[in-house]
Amino acid sequence: MDIIIAEKVNKKFKLKQGQNINNNGVASNQIEVLNGFDLKIKKGEFLVLVGPSGSGKSVFLDLVGGLSTPTGGVVYLDDKPVEAPSSKTAYVFQQYALFPWRTALSNIEFGLESRGVLKEERVKIARELLSLFGLSDFEDRFPYQLSGGMQQRVAIARALATKPEVLLMDEPFAALDAQTREILQNELIRIWEGTETTVIFVTHSIDEAVFLADRVAVVTARPGRIKEIIEIDLPRPRNGELRSSNEFAANRHKVWGALKTEVNKAQQDWKLAPQFSE
Amino acid sequence: MSEELVVSGRVVQKARAIDFSRYKNRIAPLLEDLNTWSRGIPLVLAFFALWEALPRLGIIDTLFLPPFSTTVQTLFDLIVSGKLLLHVIVSLQRAAIGFGLAFLISVPFGFLMGWYNKFERYTDLLVQSLRNVSTFALLPIFLLLFGLGEPSKIAIIFYGASWQLLMNTISGVKSVDPIYIKAAKSMGASDWDLFHKVILPASIPSIAVGARLGAKISLMVVIAAEMIGAKSGLGFFIQNAQFNFMVPEMYAGILALAILGLAVNYLLVWVEKRTTYWKGETDSSFLG
Repeated sequence: MDIIIAEKVNKKFKLKQGQNINNNGVASNQIEVLNGFDLKIKKGEFLVLVGPSGSGKSVFLDLVGGLSTPTGGVVYLDDKPVEAPSSKTAYVFQQYALFPWRTALSNIEFGLESRGVLKEERVKIARELLSLFGLSDFEDRFPYQLSGGMQQRVAIARALATKPEVLLMDEPFAALDAQTREILQNELIRIWEGTETTVIFVTHSIDEAVFLADRVAVVTARPGRIKEIIEIDLPRPRNGELRSSNEFAANRHKVWGALKTEVNKAQQDWKLAPQFSE
Repeated sequence: MSEELVVSGRVVQKARAIDFSRYKNRIAPLLEDLNTWSRGIPLVLAFFALWEALPRLGIIDTLFLPPFSTTVQTLFDLIVSGKLLLHVIVSLQRAAIGFGLAFLISVPFGFLMGWYNKFERYTDLLVQSLRNVSTFALLPIFLLLFGLGEPSKIAIIFYGASWQLLMNTISGVKSVDPIYIKAAKSMGASDWDLFHKVILPASIPSIAVGARLGAKISLMVVIAAEMIGAKSGLGFFIQNAQFNFMVPEMYAGILALAILGLAVNYLLVWVEKRTTYWKGETDSSFLG
């Protein structure tokens, strides 16, 4: 069963005043980030989006999360068009986005507060999640007292607190060092394999995509649409040793094969691309 | 049973360890501040020595500049006799009321201007025009409008303190990292949640700076206001001493003013640190 269906999704952004872009020789003050973006995501699957910078992967997450609306087409969540943030989705950002004035525990409580969960229950849920990520001793620490890896663990815990059906992860590990990154990938996959949550995960790392994904969706250079979907036929449960196997390398090769031409295209295009804004 | 005790014993120990590290975290910056502060002492002592020497050596007439020791003695006598205290209290009271009103009005107004672009577009020109007129130039107008009593003094302090608070609140609201707003929205925060759980706490550091600068201005303005048509307050005391040629008293008043200003500044720096404890180390350049 499909939990998310994107149909002919189109998204354009207006450029800032005075900025123009060359679209095949025609000057325009709009930039088309997604065009004809079709994707079906199965309930409970781990789907990873890869694609060149600026191909609209994060924009697609915003559309699913209800933080932005498509210019054309529809995104369905459980057969209903997404129009506003839904309690079924939760977001994890690259910049962690923890509230610096709240402790780790209180950050995790945030989403539960908006849903009217009582204090006692909130604390109970938050403590369980902290212990799941091995952070029980840090519940009263403020974000500035935590390392990047710890902050991102808290941010994932915060997203999981509301028991979302769909977890949106926008390059969550990109700001971490390589070792911490691998540890967090292992932790994420361990925790996710015990849930029924659907994950949409954006990354620039092919290794990360192959290690985590059930399916990897390759997005084209801007304007983004799905170029190819690659099934990752690696067994679960997965652990760190998988990374050095031949099967892993074969899958990696497949993904890179689909991605390569798009990255090259984007690099040409990038020279012309200005900053875009909504 | 004994195992449980061990477990709870361990928990207690852990909690203590965390508490201790926090305690240490609070004391260390304090000592550092004290250390930085103590480096300024020699220059201040040199200044006092010069103040002592110039009149004593006859370079400046003692009639116009009594030696530092005489000034301190006068200040001490004024404090002991209780003559000064009343004036200090009156001045502080006026400054506090004017500042308090400015806070109550400017901060909410600043939130409106910072958050609603449309509102800012309609109000900004007026605010910028008023803000750039010297408060002291407006003193006579306030006296004409509000008379010689308390209202004119409170009003002018309110006016002087408002702008810094307003500007800092606006910039505080505008510089809230959009990622916090995005995160809160994605977690289903209502508009009210967004305001009091995200925008308000995120702009507190900037408002705290505005409050400190506003309080400083309040203290300056109250002295000036008391020099024109007042019968009490530190400003009146200094002015009165000057008119009656009580020169040591005048200097004592000024010295008291300096001490008061310093005390208020450090108090507000402390308040600022308390309200932004979650930021970790506060930039010590704020001590200026």
